[in-house]
Amino acid sequence: MKFIFDRNTWQEIFGSIRKNKTRTIITVIGVLWGIFIYIALSGAAKGMDNGFEKAFETVAKNSMFAWAQRTSIPHEGFKTGRQLQLKVADASVIKNRIPEVQNIAPLNVRGVFGDTPATTGRGLKSGTYTVWGYYPVYSKITAKKIFDKGRFINEDDIKQARKVCVIGERTLQELYDKDEEAVGTFIKVDNVYFQVVGVHKFTPTTPFDADGDIWIPFTTYKKLYNTGENVSFFAIAAYDDVDVIEVEENVLKVLRSTHRVHPEDERAFGSVNLGEIFGRVMGFANGITFLSLVVGLATILAGVIGIGNILLISVKERTKELGVRRALGATPREVRSQIILESVFLTMIAGIVGIILGAGVLSIINTLTKDNDNFPFTNPTLPIPYVIGALLIMVILGTLIGLIPAQRAVSIKPIDALREE
Amino acid sequence: MIEIKDLHKSYKMGSNSLHVLKGINFKAEEGELVAIMGSSGSGKSTLLNILGMLDVADEGEYILDGVPIKDLNETKAANYRNKFLGFIFQSFNLINYKNALENVALPLYYQRMPRKARQEKALKYLELVGLKDWAHHLPSELSGGQKQRVAIARAMAAEPKVVLADELTGALDSVTSYEVMDLVQKINDQGNTILVVTHEDDIAHMCKRIIHLKDGVIEKDEKVKQVRASEYV
Repeated sequence: MKFIFDRNTWQEIFGSIRKNKTRTIITVIGVLWGIFIYIALSGAAKGMDNGFEKAFETVAKNSMFAWAQRTSIPHEGFKTGRQLQLKVADASVIKNRIPEVQNIAPLNVRGVFGDTPATTGRGLKSGTYTVWGYYPVYSKITAKKIFDKGRFINEDDIKQARKVCVIGERTLQELYDKDEEAVGTFIKVDNVYFQVVGVHKFTPTTPFDADGDIWIPFTTYKKLYNTGENVSFFAIAAYDDVDVIEVEENVLKVLRSTHRVHPEDERAFGSVNLGEIFGRVMGFANGITFLSLVVGLATILAGVIGIGNILLISVKERTKELGVRRALGATPREVRSQIILESVFLTMIAGIVGIILGAGVLSIINTLTKDNDNFPFTNPTLPIPYVIGALLIMVILGTLIGLIPAQRAVSIKPIDALREE
Repeated sequence: MIEIKDLHKSYKMGSNSLHVLKGINFKAEEGELVAIMGSSGSGKSTLLNILGMLDVADEGEYILDGVPIKDLNETKAANYRNKFLGFIFQSFNLINYKNALENVALPLYYQRMPRKARQEKALKYLELVGLKDWAHHLPSELSGGQKQRVAIARAMAAEPKVVLADELTGALDSVTSYEVMDLVQKINDQGNTILVVTHEDDIAHMCKRIIHLKDGVIEKDEKVKQVRASEYV
């Protein structure tokens, strides 16, 4: 061990490294590139991971949606193909029967599933937009971003069936002049005047979300479109620590029993489970992370092998020098240690520079993508253990690969080395 | 100082065996300056390599300064070489990326001498060979004679029991050769034991004793009247 910390040892190593600068630099670049790729890839994968995480932060990760379809199995005297209709009352049944459900919000919508969207106008401008009937609790299931000065639908809106609405960004653009203040103004939705109470930011959390739509209180929607107790679909959030797939099955089971549908009729109610989708996306991200680790490590390995290769050539070139050294009293151990240390040293230098460069590139990417919400890339960091692990691997590989030229160096007898011209 | 008894060495060349040394006996006392002469193939380099522990004899005894040299492994040989022997080669064998001072200090490095002491000592020996001003020059910046003088300083720096020189003037012109031999003689005058392998008669006659090798045996072992190289310089 003393050997490693001996200043003389390093002087010998620097001496022989300095001897062939170009070759040393090119060799170092091999490993440097490897570690750079490793850091950049893994960091980017992590950034993507974080990006997805962030993209999903607006929606409860264990939320799901359920809607009614047609039955596919005859049951209790009903023919197959009966069109089912969700009712507001189903919500309380589900909430009561399934304790894992934290929030459940009935939703109504027109303009998404083939029905006509609302004709909306303001002064001379008009357009057709999807109209949603919301309960305030919906904002607990998927976070809704309302721009400054505005608000989401609240309990009073529901109780009094107020004619208030929240409009989308595109709706704002199309119905209002530039820089015009929307909150407090009135728009005409299907011939009824609504006061705008907020403008929402477009956050795609479900496949039906759009940038141009109009949100009104559920109760108002009921009156406006005469939908009675009908519900288009339910948004349901389970508690954080429960298995949302199980909750999803239970919800469908409850719906089937309340709507007198055959218990095995899988097609009577449709559902989509964001937890599952989230899991799949994160699985994909994990796959990418794993892949980048493998690719990075493989690149490092290739670089280290390059170092070993160069050292092998270098040993060949230095046969005579090594012979002289041994004639002067260098033991095989000293010769071997010197070459291994050279290998490890080159690997380490390359590694450290590579890590710094990789970190630099990651920080540049981070700066460039900071303000871009559509690009799922946030805070691309690499956990310290990964970095230390990479360095450790490099030291080990450097040693192992250094063993080959080192062994070769001592396997040549000093006399043969000296004889070589 | 050096004693060898009945030394045999043969090289295997495929199925043939080439018997190079066929029973060599000789003794060299401390302070001797011995030339080993012989035509090529006489076995003189092989003998020197065995004396230098760079090669191992098949048979026979080798006693260096009272220490029997046997059962050598590479590490042991390296330590003995470092402690007992100094080498001077025909092609100088200086390390080309180290300056003169560093080259001279190299055997001291393997003796684990601290850097400062090492450099002081190396400088002292460079001064001895008259190259103090060239201490920080690389071998490529030195003439042949200067290179060989650096090599001599290197051989001397470790204060070996015996200096082994293999055709040390082989790559030098005659004037430079005499300069180098003058240096060798001066070092010998200080009591160092030196063995010189050469095939040049005039160089051999600058030693105090000549051993003539022929076909692997000692043909003649004679004391000669030393010709001082300084007469020619």
